[in-house]
Amino acid sequence: MDSSLLFGITTFTYLFSTILYTVIFIFKTKRLGTAATLFTLVAFLIQTAGIGLRWLESYQMGIGRAPLTNMYESVVFFAWAIILIYLIVEWKFKNKIIGAFAVPFAFLAMAYGSFASGITKEITPLVPALQSNWLIAHVVTCFIGYAAFAIAAGLGIMYLIKNTSETRQSTNDSTLLGSLPPLKVIDQITHQMMVFGFLWLTIGIITGAIWANSAWGTYWSWDPKETWSLITWFIYAITLHARYTRGWGGTRIAWLAILGFISVIFTYYGVNFLLSGLHSYGSN
Amino acid sequence: MKNSNPIWDFFASVKLALFTLFLLSTTSIIGTVIPQKETAQWYIDKYGEATANLFQILSFTPDMYSSLWFQALLGLLCLNLIICSIERFPGVWRQIKADNLNTPLNRLEKMTPQHQWLSGNQPESVAISLKKALNTSGWKAEERKVDDGILLFAQKGAMTRTGVYIVHTSILVIFAGAIIGSTLGFKGSVMLPETRVTDTIYTFDTQTPVALGFEVRCDRFDIEFYDNGMPKAYRSQLTILENGKVVKEKAIVVNDPLTYKGITFYQSSYQAYQEFSITITNKKTGVSESAIIPYQQQHSLKESGLRFGIVTAEGQGQSVSRMKVWFTDDQGEPSLFWLDNGEQATVERTTNNYTVSAKQMYATGLQVAKDPGVWTVYIGSFMMIFGLIVAFFMSHQRIWLYIREETANKSSILMSGNANKNKADFEKKLQALAQKFNTI
Ligand code: HEM
Repeated sequence: MDSSLLFGITTFTYLFSTILYTVIFIFKTKRLGTAATLFTLVAFLIQTAGIGLRWLESYQMGIGRAPLTNMYESVVFFAWAIILIYLIVEWKFKNKIIGAFAVPFAFLAMAYGSFASGITKEITPLVPALQSNWLIAHVVTCFIGYAAFAIAAGLGIMYLIKNTSETRQSTNDSTLLGSLPPLKVIDQITHQMMVFGFLWLTIGIITGAIWANSAWGTYWSWDPKETWSLITWFIYAITLHARYTRGWGGTRIAWLAILGFISVIFTYYGVNFLLSGLHSYGSN
Repeated sequence: MKNSNPIWDFFASVKLALFTLFLLSTTSIIGTVIPQKETAQWYIDKYGEATANLFQILSFTPDMYSSLWFQALLGLLCLNLIICSIERFPGVWRQIKADNLNTPLNRLEKMTPQHQWLSGNQPESVAISLKKALNTSGWKAEERKVDDGILLFAQKGAMTRTGVYIVHTSILVIFAGAIIGSTLGFKGSVMLPETRVTDTIYTFDTQTPVALGFEVRCDRFDIEFYDNGMPKAYRSQLTILENGKVVKEKAIVVNDPLTYKGITFYQSSYQAYQEFSITITNKKTGVSESAIIPYQQQHSLKESGLRFGIVTAEGQGQSVSRMKVWFTDDQGEPSLFWLDNGEQATVERTTNNYTVSAKQMYATGLQVAKDPGVWTVYIGSFMMIFGLIVAFFMSHQRIWLYIREETANKSSILMSGNANKNKADFEKKLQALAQKFNTI
């Protein structure tokens, strides 16, 4: 058994989880709730084992490094963080429908990592610039933030769907969208996810700056990746201020959650493949 | 508030903050799409003369982020932050320092959440018991006699109201650090061949020479490769000299620089030469001689007359990993043997034995930075994280207990409170306290 087998299993179990949560949402088969949660938890544990195993494998290869330093490993960690945060949200807010809007992101991330061309799954050694503990801290913190933003975007979509239907005011369980949490609750969780993500993104940008300073003597050089992470940060800062000081909520915040996540995706993916800069190591 | 100057109000408004942040995020995109810091000719080749000119007039190139208008936007953000804080902070401070026992009683009656119950004891003894109960629950209470009863007050986290201001101040601290760095520091580089010394480096932007005030020497440069050919480490052995005396030595690698007198040397690049440093030691006499020789040229040593050369070499790119050495002391046939870069070999000749070592010559590319603002930036960053945690996850919670005589030996108790954040949590907390206290 090796880590890529475990990640392969993870990809399919996240797909199955997505289906389970969607079935619960559409057919209101609440009985499946516990099964879906348990299943997701097991998938999560398999993935955790996979990450651990990949770490071990790198030592066996004489490279010995945390599995967090290329595009493939970062999407795997991204999926892992999404599921971790989702499971906490499910437990805290006692709502399983959110799973239908959050777990798909984890599946898509894993599927992208597994099937997209141009992504190497090999454990390659680290070039000198990447040999830094600050890099590990940077990747971990950024991706926890990104995962929270992914869930916020999922909730934003959920809000917009519920808001457009005529069931808007009803908590009547008989309609399809009636089983979604009340708008006020979705809005609240979206906000909390963005607040949580904002803190981690902030730490992520700072640890990245410290890393850059120890490698190149410049903590900020306005390279496209840095700049895009700052743009993302601004978008969430705008969102928080609009909410706190101008009372924005509901649809506007839902759209901003989606816009913010598009910016995240661009920071993460677009910059590597469409623009050039210091971080283009991620493209191999 | 008293200040109703429209210009002041404009700069104090959150609307302006939203607008500035929006402008910053949209304009920042430009510099990520148009490559920065290229030459004028490069832009003309890429975009054509007219577009390249337009970009230059708008300062999109060559360095948008240090252009006047972009810096002005950042300045506007700072000004906005400062004025907004001056406008709001005094009010927040008054709330922190407020005499809460002076709160009008009718406000307590309207406050939510609130709980009421009756007690079979007289107000004085109820107050004493409640105060004790509050204390054991972790709420330090104060007490005051009011109109027709006793008021107790306890609070937690009043100072957490400053969280937002810590975040906002941290942004100014970070900017201050950046300004200190750009006015008092420099960023440059130098390409320093092995064995050479320099006391000058050249700035990135204008290639102006900067005197270091001391000398730096590169004693040796090495590259290590992984088995698959990827570079594993670039390492320069550096020595700092002052007045000809060695004051510091360190082998630097990427991510582990050397700092001396506020100037830091970072490993950033290298250049391989087609030259080799050869050292030959006569094992019998112990005499050692060195020379730096070009590739594929014969060299003879002055003292001993030994002759040698590098016939051929193998390696990756510009870097030699092993080389074929030709060597003779004119006693019999010349020796021809392979030698790994940086290693030594023993050569047995008819009358004498020699050790021969050879190493390819490199220059190390150093980035040199002096940035006295870095620690200010780091302190600001730490403040920001701390401030965010306070602002997001901590709240100011207040509890009032108003105890009144109902009839003789009977009291009514009104317990109310509020929190500026996490209100749902606070409601639960107050509920739990009410349940604990309502038997008093
Ligand atoms: C990128 C820059 C900024 C960041 C990161 C930032 C951060 C924050 C955060 C995290 C909060 C929420 C605190 C809470 O939980 O209540 C906040 C609130 C606030 N910010 Fe900013 N801020 C920035 C710029 C500004 C600017 C330029 C202004 C100028 C007007 C401003 C005015 C405010 C106000 C008025 C509040 C509400 C304070 C309150 O609730 O009492 N912010 N800011």
